[in-house]
Amino acid sequence: MSVFGPVVKIHPVVLASICDSYERRNEGASRVIGTLLGTIDKHSIEVTNCFSVPHNESEDEVAVDMEFAKNMYELHKRVSPTEVIIGWYATGFDITEHSVLIHEYYSREATNPIHLTADTALQSGKMNIRAYVSAQMGVPGKTVGVMFTPLSVKYIYYDTERIGVDLLQRTRMTPGRTKGLTSDLSQVAGSASRVQDMLTTVLAYIEDVLSGKVTADNSVGRFLMDLVNKVPTISAEDFENMLNSNINDLLMVTYLSNLTQAQIALNEKLVLL
Amino acid sequence: MASTAGTLDSPVKQIQIEGMVVLKIIKHYQEEGQGSEVVQGVLLGLVVEDRLEITNCFPFPQHTEDDADFDEVQYQMEMMRSLRHVNIDHLHVGWYQSTYYGSFVSRALLDSQFSYQHAIEESVVLIYDPIKTGQGSLSLKAYRLTPKLMEICKEKDFTPEGLKKANIGFEHMFEEVPIVIRNSHLINVLMWELEDKSTVADKHELLNLSSSNHLEKSLQLLMDRVDDMSQDIVKFNTYSRNLSKQQQQKHQYLQRRQQENAQRQSRGEPQLPEEDINKMFKPPQPPPRMDTLLIAGQVNNYCQNVKEFTSQNLGKLFMAEALQGHN
Repeated sequence: MSVFGPVVKIHPVVLASICDSYERRNEGASRVIGTLLGTIDKHSIEVTNCFSVPHNESEDEVAVDMEFAKNMYELHKRVSPTEVIIGWYATGFDITEHSVLIHEYYSREATNPIHLTADTALQSGKMNIRAYVSAQMGVPGKTVGVMFTPLSVKYIYYDTERIGVDLLQRTRMTPGRTKGLTSDLSQVAGSASRVQDMLTTVLAYIEDVLSGKVTADNSVGRFLMDLVNKVPTISAEDFENMLNSNINDLLMVTYLSNLTQAQIALNEKLVLL
Repeated sequence: MASTAGTLDSPVKQIQIEGMVVLKIIKHYQEEGQGSEVVQGVLLGLVVEDRLEITNCFPFPQHTEDDADFDEVQYQMEMMRSLRHVNIDHLHVGWYQSTYYGSFVSRALLDSQFSYQHAIEESVVLIYDPIKTGQGSLSLKAYRLTPKLMEICKEKDFTPEGLKKANIGFEHMFEEVPIVIRNSHLINVLMWELEDKSTVADKHELLNLSSSNHLEKSLQLLMDRVDDMSQDIVKFNTYSRNLSKQQQQKHQYLQRRQQENAQRQSRGEPQLPEEDINKMFKPPQPPPRMDTLLIAGQVNNYCQNVKEFTSQNLGKLFMAEALQGHN
């Protein structure tokens, strides 16, 4: 389907905040709404922060605490002055009429706000995250309505964010959903084992192709050639030299830092005698 | 500099952080902290048995010059009040700070953590190291002041005698509390979703072989600190030398006095009055030892970091060797 409008890039921080505020909603509230903060580019809107806004919703009316929203935005602006209100979010699957009213309010705060929905109730078995922008529709002059047109959503990460998300991903595996932070060589070992897993998958595929179970795919074959050629061919002597000098550097640094630690411990003992 | 929490009877044995808090801290540094400035923020949560659960956090704005009358307390109060409206735990349980290559043991940190811990017993300071994180693994550590150090800070007695009494070394200043990351089920669902839709290539920075840049900077900081330390040692040495010289002088003066008095006695003249010795020989000011402790702690921290880094790199080098061996 052709998409009209800018691409919406979301940071995982925003989604995590939305889920968290959904979990903390008041009794009886079926959904949560809040403001989205971020930056607008020429072709994309980047959503970097959000905060939830208390609101009451019943059959016929909806009340949103505007004062609160303004206040929170001021506070947030003090920390990151580059973020502006770019829209609002709501949990839940559908877009109700109340949404239209709320959207109207937000269009007073920001030009062309986007509306983000995250289906935290998992109605369709998945958490659908969609973004919309409003467009006028109907017969001009007579009944005019508002239509929400969908936008394409992408997730972007900073490098460090990706590493954080990586760690969080691993909490999925453990029962109790907890994960401690490891350090030192075990991390390298973990990373290496992951690469090893990937290599085993590739090897299994190659075996299948060789034994004829799977038809060979040329593009995959080219990738494999790339992979094998990536290991640089250096003469054994040169490599030996490089390796030894690097190892020497590292060992020297280790020795020096151990020495320093022993020195300060000694100094401590002498002073406190 | 840090001993594990199992040895001390602190009220908090473990810290449990929500995944969202981790992401928020990372994002705060990324957006506002470029250029080796520290970013700070407040941690919110609650205490459950012997665990400290951190469920939310909010950042502190930077100290800028044009905000001279910026009221930090007011900002904090307003933030907490607003968060209470949306059912977020508003109990202060600590604060976080980013660090540059591991240099965070400073007077400012000590003072802040002391005031926090004095007010709230279980509070911790979370140190987030963005450069180490950028190298492939999340570096987040939680520290508290040991009870001994709390005592000393309370009395503000930083003289060498005071520290000797308390028997504190730089290893007993901070204690590290183990951290565990916990996610709710809904966040788990989110993680599955992200993994599904995410198109980011899986980079393995952790297996990166280049080390000289990082090592250089770390060693430079280490050298600076060691220089500071040696200056401090020189100061202390001059002080103790002055002290012993003064003792000698006092001794000599007393002896001369006694001799004179003995002579006068033998001559029958009135003795000279005993003068107040202390007024004549004012003892030199003992240098405050707190800075030395801090510097020692910092040096220790740098050394630990460097050792960790080198051990990882050694492992990687050997792996590279194995890979080449098959070529």
